[in-house]
Amino acid sequence: MDRMPNWADAVLVPLISLLLAAILSAGVILAIGESPVDAFSLMVEGALMRSAGWGYTLYYATNFIFTGLAVSVAFHARLFNIGGEGQAMLGGLGVALVCLYIPWPHWSLAIVAGAVGAALFGALWALVPAYLQAKRGSHIVITTIMFNFIAAALLNYVLVNLLRPVGAMDPATARFPDAVHLPTFQDMFSTAATPLFRGAPANVSFFLALLACGLVWLLIWRTRLGYEIRAFGHSDSAARYAGISPVRITVVTMLISGGLAGMMAVNTTMGEAERLVMNATEGAGFIGIAVALMGRNHPIGVLLAAILFGFLYQGGAELALWTNIPRELIVVIQALVILFTGALDNMVRMPLERAFLAGRKRRA
Amino acid sequence: MDFLTLLQVLDSTVRLATPLLLACLAGLFSERAGIFDIGLEGKMLASAFFAAATAALTGSVWLGLLAGIASSMVLSAIHGLASITFRGNQLISGVAINFLAAGMTVLIAQDWFAQGGRTPSLMSGGRFEDITLPLAGTLAPVPIIGPIYAELISGHSILVYVAFLCVPATWWVLFRTRFGLRLRAVGEAPEAVDTAGVSVIGLRFAAVGICGLLCGLAGAYLATGLQAGFVKDMTAGRGYIALAALIFAKWRPWYALWACLLFGLLQAVALRYQNIDLGGIVIPVQFMDALPYILTVVILAGFVGKAIPPRAGGEPYVKER
Amino acid sequence: MSPHSPADAPAIELKGISKAFGPVQANKDISMRVMPGTIHGIIGENGAGKSTLMSILYGFYKADAGEVFISGKKTEIPDSQAAIRAGIGMVFQHFKLVQNFTVLENVILGAEDGGLLRPSLAKARGVLKQLAAEYELSVDPDTQVQHLSVGHQQRVEILKALYREADILILDEPTGVLTPAEADHLFRILDNLRAEGKTIILITHKLREIMEITDTVSVMRRGEMTATVKTAETSPEQLAELMVGRKVLLRVDKTPAKPGAKVLEVENLRLVDDKGVERLRGIDLEVRAGEILGIAGVAGNGQSELLEVLGGYATATGTVRVNGAAMPLSGPGSDGQSRRACGIAHVPEDRQHEGLIMPYTAWENTAFGYHRDPALQKGLLMDNAAIRADAAAKMDRFDVRPPDPTLAARNFSGGNQQKIVLAREIERNPDILLVGQPTRGVDIGAIEFIHQQIVRLRDAGKAILLVSVELDEIFSLSDRIAVMFDGRIMGVRDPAETDQTELGLLMAGITEKPDRPLIDAVDAKLDAKEAREAGHG
Repeated sequence: MDRMPNWADAVLVPLISLLLAAILSAGVILAIGESPVDAFSLMVEGALMRSAGWGYTLYYATNFIFTGLAVSVAFHARLFNIGGEGQAMLGGLGVALVCLYIPWPHWSLAIVAGAVGAALFGALWALVPAYLQAKRGSHIVITTIMFNFIAAALLNYVLVNLLRPVGAMDPATARFPDAVHLPTFQDMFSTAATPLFRGAPANVSFFLALLACGLVWLLIWRTRLGYEIRAFGHSDSAARYAGISPVRITVVTMLISGGLAGMMAVNTTMGEAERLVMNATEGAGFIGIAVALMGRNHPIGVLLAAILFGFLYQGGAELALWTNIPRELIVVIQALVILFTGALDNMVRMPLERAFLAGRKRRA
Repeated sequence: MDFLTLLQVLDSTVRLATPLLLACLAGLFSERAGIFDIGLEGKMLASAFFAAATAALTGSVWLGLLAGIASSMVLSAIHGLASITFRGNQLISGVAINFLAAGMTVLIAQDWFAQGGRTPSLMSGGRFEDITLPLAGTLAPVPIIGPIYAELISGHSILVYVAFLCVPATWWVLFRTRFGLRLRAVGEAPEAVDTAGVSVIGLRFAAVGICGLLCGLAGAYLATGLQAGFVKDMTAGRGYIALAALIFAKWRPWYALWACLLFGLLQAVALRYQNIDLGGIVIPVQFMDALPYILTVVILAGFVGKAIPPRAGGEPYVKER
Repeated sequence: MSPHSPADAPAIELKGISKAFGPVQANKDISMRVMPGTIHGIIGENGAGKSTLMSILYGFYKADAGEVFISGKKTEIPDSQAAIRAGIGMVFQHFKLVQNFTVLENVILGAEDGGLLRPSLAKARGVLKQLAAEYELSVDPDTQVQHLSVGHQQRVEILKALYREADILILDEPTGVLTPAEADHLFRILDNLRAEGKTIILITHKLREIMEITDTVSVMRRGEMTATVKTAETSPEQLAELMVGRKVLLRVDKTPAKPGAKVLEVENLRLVDDKGVERLRGIDLEVRAGEILGIAGVAGNGQSELLEVLGGYATATGTVRVNGAAMPLSGPGSDGQSRRACGIAHVPEDRQHEGLIMPYTAWENTAFGYHRDPALQKGLLMDNAAIRADAAAKMDRFDVRPPDPTLAARNFSGGNQQKIVLAREIERNPDILLVGQPTRGVDIGAIEFIHQQIVRLRDAGKAILLVSVELDEIFSLSDRIAVMFDGRIMGVRDPAETDQTELGLLMAGITEKPDRPLIDAVDAKLDAKEAREAGHG
């Protein structure tokens, strides 16, 4: 028999890990002379108690859904894609090219083309590490890290030397035309009588992210490709036996993963900045790792974890604004979540398994 | 390029190669024992901050060095706990450590110094001073050898010499001592070590500890030798470059020296020349920035000799019959 | 023997040893006595708990309960260090050697004298020379272990134990990877050790070995020790019955084959692995409809590669024809999916790492390899309901227990896992069935069932290629036997007209009577094989 019921594995373990991360984070806040309770209520106040706060929370969550899905799709094939950051940067380039050089009549067409452009560029950036892993055995963790740095350098070059409008100082493209402006939540849900989401960047891309969740779920658990991806992830030798090509699965999985990471740029570049700037990704590619680990690589888990991190991000910004706690607190929390749900998983799991085993013995 | 410029570039190469070399040897100990460590970056960063912060607060660079090493070793202990004791994923643990260091250093820096995540600039006493080797002044006028000795070999801080001495020391420990034999064995076949009655866990923690020590030296050198204080994210990917150098060096100490010098040279050239004009073709500075990473990918792709990592690397040890 | 021990104290005495792994009780209240200067056999099926018991004695696992006495003295063995101090040495089934270390380095590892290596290596060199002369245990001290033959690697393991001055030597399934001639040599070494007063425990599942070399034998079944007897006073039949708990049919009931048309033809098949070593060196064979061709040989002589090529996951050169049509051996059309489409089914040698996805449920596994079959699709998606229903029916027909398709494969016993694989492959009604090690790690009850299913498929007029390292299995199933050594077929024999001795020689690459001592001829052959493989490595 399995040592633990499925629900414990899917819910209890991540919750306990999260709790541990929260306790330690509270300790950190205490250590820098602030009150964790005040900090938390400030975060809740800023991120959840007003519709504008939700507008920010969901805006960030949109990014994290895409990058979280990207990491988890790769995880299913036992590939660790740390390159979400670079793939999202390149995705931004794809969006920018689509928006700047093609005159779109309406945003609904533009978002489709933008998503395709973003996915294409993101996938492209994942292709080389994928190919090298599949064909030459180059460790994908290292190559994707390297590609993050290369992406930053490349984007820097493109923005400074090629796409920067004449006379402009900062490394960014020109503003996108008004026609590709994506409806924000304010545009969609606000009425004159009840203003909602005022000034918040959440936009229609959020629904694109939800759609991506559904499609990834179908892909992983209902299609042949998903069956093969999971099989390959569990045992590459068995996959070979079954006639599943490791090269094909590695490359295809990484293309999907890179594409998902790239699509995050639809949200940041089309939906928010409406031009491509340096560092548009703001580390969201890395947060995808924490989100995927916490969400147990399941789209629903990823969605919930992404909203949690959206809340942390927005709440963290509020903290930085009103208290002496810098935004880097979020990086610490993110690190703790990765540590507890990823690397220290067994620390939580082993006592739980023993407890369940003891419980079962007593009943038997 | 005249001789003096060449010497200056090489001198800068030595300085920039030093943190890479220390981190690379740190990774070498860890990975030879079968523990992958992509957290070199985080450990260096933590050490850089605590070294600079302690030096700024106490005015003693040596206390700074100790604090740096201690902080790096704390992160090593976390990595050991996750990857050895709890048999977690070593890559994920490394990623977590990098973020932990990135976040905590800024958080504490802000709390202690309120200067936007940096430490105050270090005055003399808080920094490692350059050492002039004996006879440097006397030999300087001698053609060729004189300037090489006076400019290139002499005039570095103590940690630079320590780093370079670590290369033969590492080689000797690995290949001439009992500890080295067991360390290499535990990275290749931990079950052989275990059945021989030697503790796999003990050996791996020792290796991870040495890794922390050397990363501590690397970080302290960054903040108190190469530069005069800590700034946010000051390691700037050096931990990853060291990792690349380690792969390039096929996990061997002497090769590691050459690999780090090569990457150091690339950095030195990128630092000195912005856009390089090669008779019509201009190499943009961004390309020079990316070159170490591109080179690493080329190496990883196996186009320049195949690198075979320690056999048990990355795998937690589970007893099996 | 320790000088302080009472003259008649057993070298080893175990009292009430128990050990559980999670919910599995591996050892239940086991007691055992072994007298000094004897060879004691422990026999039992796979999973009976033999290796666990010995691992406890060696301090590799910690017993939940029980006591250990060495030479009459109660001894705590919390770790391997303590076992070594108590004079126990162990040769594990899977060798615990550092492949890229030399023999000397492997021998001194953990038993070094002082912090520096040089004096330890010098001392070990002397001791090794002495041991080699004393026990016929010669092996070059400066060769890297990865360049040694399996038999020589085993000698290194024995040397390791003797270098640590072990008085008690435990060997876990030592002959599984040896040619019969090498096994004979090993037994001579063990004889020498016994003559010197060493105590030896031999774990095996082969009755023949027990009868040949041991003084006493204990039988284990399902974690319990069911009997301990003097070897001279028992018989193979009695031991087999004690192992299984009932009378066992050691032969398979089958009628003579009625071979039909050639279904599988292989000509000049060659395979070079990624290290550049030629693993298949011109294989020619054919299998007809309605016959079982058994491939005998020691593991690592190209049998696995042969199955991989035919199964479509290794590339090779040469010709393979199925029902007269040539198969591509590399590039498009050479993958496992295409092979299945041509009517080749494959029960792989390693069900845990190839045949099954262990975390997948049983029903997911029954589609594995055939998951691209249009019959299992519904539009763009997989028809999971259909697969599940089909799985339940298959599990019922093959008597898989428990008959629960939603259980993950890892939760079934070895025999039931193998039945799931067999059901999947046989029920596809293939023209050719490739079977590798069909009963490895399978309990005796399931063995009979699995053998019956293979024979049934043959009787239905299908061609079967069987690979097994168990000579008994080869003999009882095959209609013709081909022997492989070092990537070649050394000969094809009729099972009725050959015997274990002749096959044993073929398995060591010896096709005609050698003009020098047999073991030297075998060693020469094996060394040549090793040199060929290392030369490219």
